[in-house]
Amino acid sequence: MDVLTLSRWQFAITAMFHFIFVPLTLGLSILVAYMETRYVRTNDETYLRMARFWGKLFLINFALGVVTGITMEFQLGMNWAEYSRYVGDIFGAPLAIEALVAFFLESVFIGVWIFGWNRISKRMHAISIWIVAIATNLSALWILLANGWMQHPVGYELRNGRAEMVDFGALLTNPYGIIKFFHTVTSGYMVGAFFVMGVAAWHLLRKNQVELFSRSLRIASIFALISAGLVFITGDFHAIEIAKTQPTKFAAMESVWETQRGVGMNLLLLPDPAAECNSVEGLCIPNMVSYLAFHDPNAEIKGLKDFPEDERPPVLPTFLSFRAMVGMGSYMFLAAAVAAFFSFRRTILEKTWLLRILLYSIPVPYLAAQLGWVVAEVGRQPWLVYGVLKTSDGVSTAISSGQVIFSLLGFTLLYGGLGVIDIYLLAKFARKGPEEDPHAPLVRPQKPVTAEAN
Amino acid sequence: MIFNIIWFVLWGVLWSVYFMLDGFVLGAGMLHPVLGKSDMDKRIMINTIGPVWDGNEVWLITAGGATFAAFPTTYALMFSYLYTALFLLLAGLIIRGVAYEFRGKIASEGWKKLWDVAIFVGNSIPALLFGVAFGNIFAGLPMDAAGYHGSLIGLLNPYGLLAGVLFVVLFLMHGALYLSVKTVGELKERSSAMAAKIWPAALIVAAVFLGATAFATKLYDNYLAAPLLFIIPLLAVGALVTVRIALAKGKNLTAFAASCITVLMVVATGVAGLFPSLIPSSIDAAYNLTIYNSSSSPYTLKIMTVVAAIFVPIIISYKIWVYRVFQAPVEAKDVLY
Repeated sequence: MDVLTLSRWQFAITAMFHFIFVPLTLGLSILVAYMETRYVRTNDETYLRMARFWGKLFLINFALGVVTGITMEFQLGMNWAEYSRYVGDIFGAPLAIEALVAFFLESVFIGVWIFGWNRISKRMHAISIWIVAIATNLSALWILLANGWMQHPVGYELRNGRAEMVDFGALLTNPYGIIKFFHTVTSGYMVGAFFVMGVAAWHLLRKNQVELFSRSLRIASIFALISAGLVFITGDFHAIEIAKTQPTKFAAMESVWETQRGVGMNLLLLPDPAAECNSVEGLCIPNMVSYLAFHDPNAEIKGLKDFPEDERPPVLPTFLSFRAMVGMGSYMFLAAAVAAFFSFRRTILEKTWLLRILLYSIPVPYLAAQLGWVVAEVGRQPWLVYGVLKTSDGVSTAISSGQVIFSLLGFTLLYGGLGVIDIYLLAKFARKGPEEDPHAPLVRPQKPVTAEAN
Repeated sequence: MIFNIIWFVLWGVLWSVYFMLDGFVLGAGMLHPVLGKSDMDKRIMINTIGPVWDGNEVWLITAGGATFAAFPTTYALMFSYLYTALFLLLAGLIIRGVAYEFRGKIASEGWKKLWDVAIFVGNSIPALLFGVAFGNIFAGLPMDAAGYHGSLIGLLNPYGLLAGVLFVVLFLMHGALYLSVKTVGELKERSSAMAAKIWPAALIVAAVFLGATAFATKLYDNYLAAPLLFIIPLLAVGALVTVRIALAKGKNLTAFAASCITVLMVVATGVAGLFPSLIPSSIDAAYNLTIYNSSSSPYTLKIMTVVAAIFVPIIISYKIWVYRVFQAPVEAKDVLY
C-alpha cells in the first residue's frame, strides 16, 4: 500500500479510537460536577458517594482520552505535512489556542480534583470539576472550529502558495464550525447519560444500593432526554449547513443521483454506486429531503451525477452511516423519554425490561458518534479541505510506506491492548459499585502501611 | 517582523519550560525501579507526580501547537522528517500516562510489575529521544531543495547521542531532586543521595556537550557575534554548580530550583544559537528553516501574540496556585493511587 492509503488508515484508526473516550469525558464530567455540587449544597453524602463512584469511572476513561489526543496533534505534521504547510497559517491557530485556552485548564484542574480531596475546601473541589467540564467543552469548541474550517473554509485567501488567514472573526463565527460543535458535544452528553443509565440499571437489576443508583439514573435520564432533543435540533441545523456548503456530501448522505426539486425521502433505499442510481426505493415521504435540506419542500437538491466523478465521496459508507446514525438517534430519544418517565414516577425498579434495555443500550450512542464522524470525514472526500485541497495532495512527501506500516502496526497494537485493558477496568469498577465510606481513598492501600515499611 | 522574533522567543520558552517541567517527571520515571524499594515507595513517587504530570505535558502540546500556528513549514517538515523517532516518543508518552492511572487499579503483583516497567520505559524513551532530536536540530538536519536525506539511524550520530545522554542525566538528577523535595524519611534520603551521585555525571556530560557543540554545530556563531549571550551557558553551569552546593548543605528545595534553571538554560543555550533558524540545514545554509521563511503571515502571528499575551500569564498563575496547593511532601498516609 502507498503512503497515502496507509496514512488515511492510521488517521482513521487513531481518530476513531480517540473519539471512544472524548464523548464520555464530555458528558460524564458534567454529570459528576452536578452530583458533587448537590453534595456541597445539601451535605447529603449519597451525592458525594455518587460523585466519587462515577468520578472513578470518569478517570479511567479520561486517561486514555488524554494520551490518545497527543497523537492527533502530532500526526498532522507527521503524516500530513503538505496539508500542514498549506493550511497551517489558518488551521494551526485554533489548535494552538485550544492548548492555551482549554487544555491547560483541563489538565491542571483534573490533577487538583483527583488529588485535592483533603487539600482544598469542599467548594473549591467542586469548582475544580466544573472547570474540567467547562474546559473539556471549550477544547471541543476549538477543535471543531478547526474541523469546521476543513469542512467549510472561510476567512482565508490563497496567496504565497498557501491558504493565509485574513479574517480571524470569520473562523470563529463559521456557522459550520459552531453547529458542528453543538451537535458533537450534545452527542457526547448522550454517551455520558446512557453510560450512567446503563451502569445504574445493572445495579438496580441486582437491587444494589437502590437509592444511590435510582438517583443516578434519574439525573442521567433527564440529561439524556434534554441532550437527545438538542442532538436532533442541532442535527437539523447541521444538515442545512451541509446542504448549503457541501452539496456532494449532502447528496451522498441522502443518495440523490439526479438533480431535482421536491425530493422525497425513501425509507427503504439502497444505493448502487456502480450504476449511479438506487437499486431499491420504497416507502417515500414526499418532499422530505428537500424540506430537511432547506426547510422548503420544493427546494432543488443537486444530484451526484451533476458532479465530476472524481469529486464525489464514497456514497455507500456515507449514506449507510448517516441512516444508521439517525436511526440510533431516534431510538435513543425514545429510550431516554421512557427512562425519564418511569424514573420520575419512581417505578423504574419494577420495570426490569427497561433496565435491561438501558444496560444493553450503553454502546448505542458510542456507535452513533463514530458513525457521525464517518459521515463528516468520508462524506468530505475526496477533499481534505472542501473545495480547496484534495486528500491526496495533503500527505507527507518525506515519509516511506515502511515507516507508516511500522507506526500503523504500532498504534494498532498499542491502542488495541490499551482499549481492552480500559474496558476491562471500566467494567470491573462499574460492577464493584461505590464505596460504603464516602471518604474512603479513591484506591485503598492493598496492605496495611506498617507492613510495607519492611 | 517583530512578531517573528516574539514567536521565536516564545517557541524557545515553550520548549524550555516543557523540559523543565516534564524533565522531572521523566527523571522520576526513570528512577522508579531504582528508588522504589517497596510498593509503598513506588506509590508515593507516583503520587508526587500524579497531580502535575498531565498539566506539564500540555506544555509539549502547546509547543507543538505554537510551532504549527507560528511556523507551519517548520512544523510540517520537523514532524515528518523525524517521523519514526516521534512515533516512538509518542508511544512512550502514551504508556507512561496510562501507567500512572492503571497501576493501582488491580492488586496483583504481575499487574503492578507490568506498569512499573511501563513507567520506566515510557519515561526513558522520550527523555533519550527528545535529546537526540534536539541534538540533531542544533547540528542541522540533512535537508535541501529535494527534501530530507536522513534516517532514524542517521539521527543516532555521536553528537545526537551525546545530546540524548545529556537530557537523560540532567533529567535523572532533576527527577531525583524533585523526589527529594516531595518525599520524607528514607525515600527522601535515597533521592538526595541519588541526585548527588548523578551530579558529577551531569557536570561531565554537560561540559563535553558544550565543547562538542563548538565542533558539531554552528551554534556559537551567534555567541561570537553577540558575546553577551554567553551569559546563558554560564548561567547553566553556575546553576549546575549551585545544585551540588545546595545539596551538600541539605537545602533540597534550592537544589531543585537550581536544577530547574539548569534545564531551562541548557535548552536556551541551544535555541539562542539557532536564531534566526528553527532548524538549520546541515547541507547548505540556504535551506535553513528560519523564523522568516517558515513563518505564518504577519496577521496570524499578531493574533497569536494577543492570545498568548492574555492566556500565558493566566496559565502561569493557576499553575503556581496548584503547585502551592500540592507543595507539602507526600507521605504514606496521603497516598491516593
